[in-house]
Amino acid sequence: MTIKKTNKTAMIVLILGLSTIILPLYLTIVIAFKQPSEMTNSISGILSLPKAWSLNNFREAMEITDFWRSLSNSLLITVATVGLSIAVHSLMGYALGRNKAHSKFYSFVYLFIVSGMFVPFAILMMPLAKQTAELGLANWFGVILLYVVFYMPMNVLLYSGYLVNIPMALEEAAKVDGASTWRTYWKIIFPIMKPMHATVAVLTALAVWNDVMTPLVIMAGSGQNTLPLAQLNFQSQFGTNYNLAFASYLLSLIPILIFYIVCQKQILNGVVNGAVK
Amino acid sequence: MKLGKNERKTTFLLITIPILALFICFNTIPLIRGVIYSFTNFKGFGKYDWVGFRNYIDLFSDLRVGKSYWFTFKLAIVTTVVVNVLSLLLALALNSSIKAKSFFRGAYFLPNILGALVVGYIFNYFFTYILPALADMIGIDALRTSILSNPSAAWIGIMVVCAWQAIAMNTIIYISGLQTVPEDVYEAGGLDGATGWKQFKYLTFPLIIPFFSINMVLCVKNFLMVFDQIMALTKGGPAQSTESISYLIYNNGMSGGQFGFQSANAVVFFIVIVAVSVAQMKFSGKKEEQL
Repeated sequence: MTIKKTNKTAMIVLILGLSTIILPLYLTIVIAFKQPSEMTNSISGILSLPKAWSLNNFREAMEITDFWRSLSNSLLITVATVGLSIAVHSLMGYALGRNKAHSKFYSFVYLFIVSGMFVPFAILMMPLAKQTAELGLANWFGVILLYVVFYMPMNVLLYSGYLVNIPMALEEAAKVDGASTWRTYWKIIFPIMKPMHATVAVLTALAVWNDVMTPLVIMAGSGQNTLPLAQLNFQSQFGTNYNLAFASYLLSLIPILIFYIVCQKQILNGVVNGAVK
Repeated sequence: MKLGKNERKTTFLLITIPILALFICFNTIPLIRGVIYSFTNFKGFGKYDWVGFRNYIDLFSDLRVGKSYWFTFKLAIVTTVVVNVLSLLLALALNSSIKAKSFFRGAYFLPNILGALVVGYIFNYFFTYILPALADMIGIDALRTSILSNPSAAWIGIMVVCAWQAIAMNTIIYISGLQTVPEDVYEAGGLDGATGWKQFKYLTFPLIIPFFSINMVLCVKNFLMVFDQIMALTKGGPAQSTESISYLIYNNGMSGGQFGFQSANAVVFFIVIVAVSVAQMKFSGKKEEQL
């Protein structure tokens, strides 16, 4: 074995590259704390630290964007979608994965749902805006329902792929003991699929939390906001007050940043698993 | 208690049918309705008539639609190339023997978890105020005004923002690819004189081609559907030079009274997405077979 030396070129490239990530975040923080009178057009003025670290901008931005309500809407939609996705998509993945090899019906349903991945939101957007309005679903509940449908192709593909590695013998043993298929699923199969639940949860949560288009099209008239939607409305009304705007942007980034810092490992694993499978 | 084959069959049907019904209700039916609307002159409200293939014929002679396809494909292709080159370099650097490896990996993935809309707003400020101030200081005349207000350069700004976020994702996929390459491949290659660029070209890259394919498919599909970044940076301007297909469908279809016409546009867009995806999968399938 040779002892590995630190690759100096790689270190230099990585440190330089890191500045392209840190700089925008640094600017966001600095601008969010400054007062409009501190904003100048020179580079040193732009990069300088604020004179006082006052939370006034944040207080005002919270009031204008109705921050807590947008935050709880976003949380509600994300948590409900993730919970429903894990329950519904894993069941569907199980039913299709166990039957598609020997049944024409199930293999057709599987292909039918998975090919939904190719349907761009652009073609569904206008009919869905009409349809949700007709059904009285132009609200957060409708948005959750739509997400469960939109992420079904991807998640069913992941779940039924994972099931291939789970031996049938486990289910057969439970059957001998007299357990029904439904019970066997929840007692044995569902817990075994835990690693895939983590992947699905991470992928779905990130996609839902940051999505703008679906709530924009479906909830626009409901008077309710999600966090990204609140930024969009804020921008069109108070876009010229950059300090307030950046305070609002920073506020909307904080929850996901905390989530990332706490669950970084699971998030990285989840994203890689989801993409590679 | 008897639990035979029938019990299992019934349970599976009871699971499948309601979920399938939900899927059909909010995916298949709107898709069919979209196709139906594309043959009408529906404005989004009021009465409408059948117009046959009129929308489709108009679509191919509409300059604005043509421009949006040109912009979207230009953006998707250039961004895909830029993102893949940079993320491969980054992945190689992050996979080499470096200090604080997990810190760097964590930090480089950060852009991907942030919402595209807010990232777009932050970069909007950067392009509008900071870049011109910087250009002023160094003395680059071309960059003294915001590139976002220049019809021939605004797309570069959008490209930068798309790339900034996508590089994070692609890098991590390349890293997991590089980790599948066993160490002894390099050792054996080293004996045959394969180092540096040669090592990459003949050993590393062929072994991570499946990951390259994943990244290509992900990139092209995501960038063809670009929306949030346009909304945050340019709203399609200046002079409609950065209208992506999705943005045009949203803007003119939802509020511009072109519900029927933009439905036809969306149907064509759908066919284009399917064609591109199928072509990519065929192509990458062939490449992997050759190995």
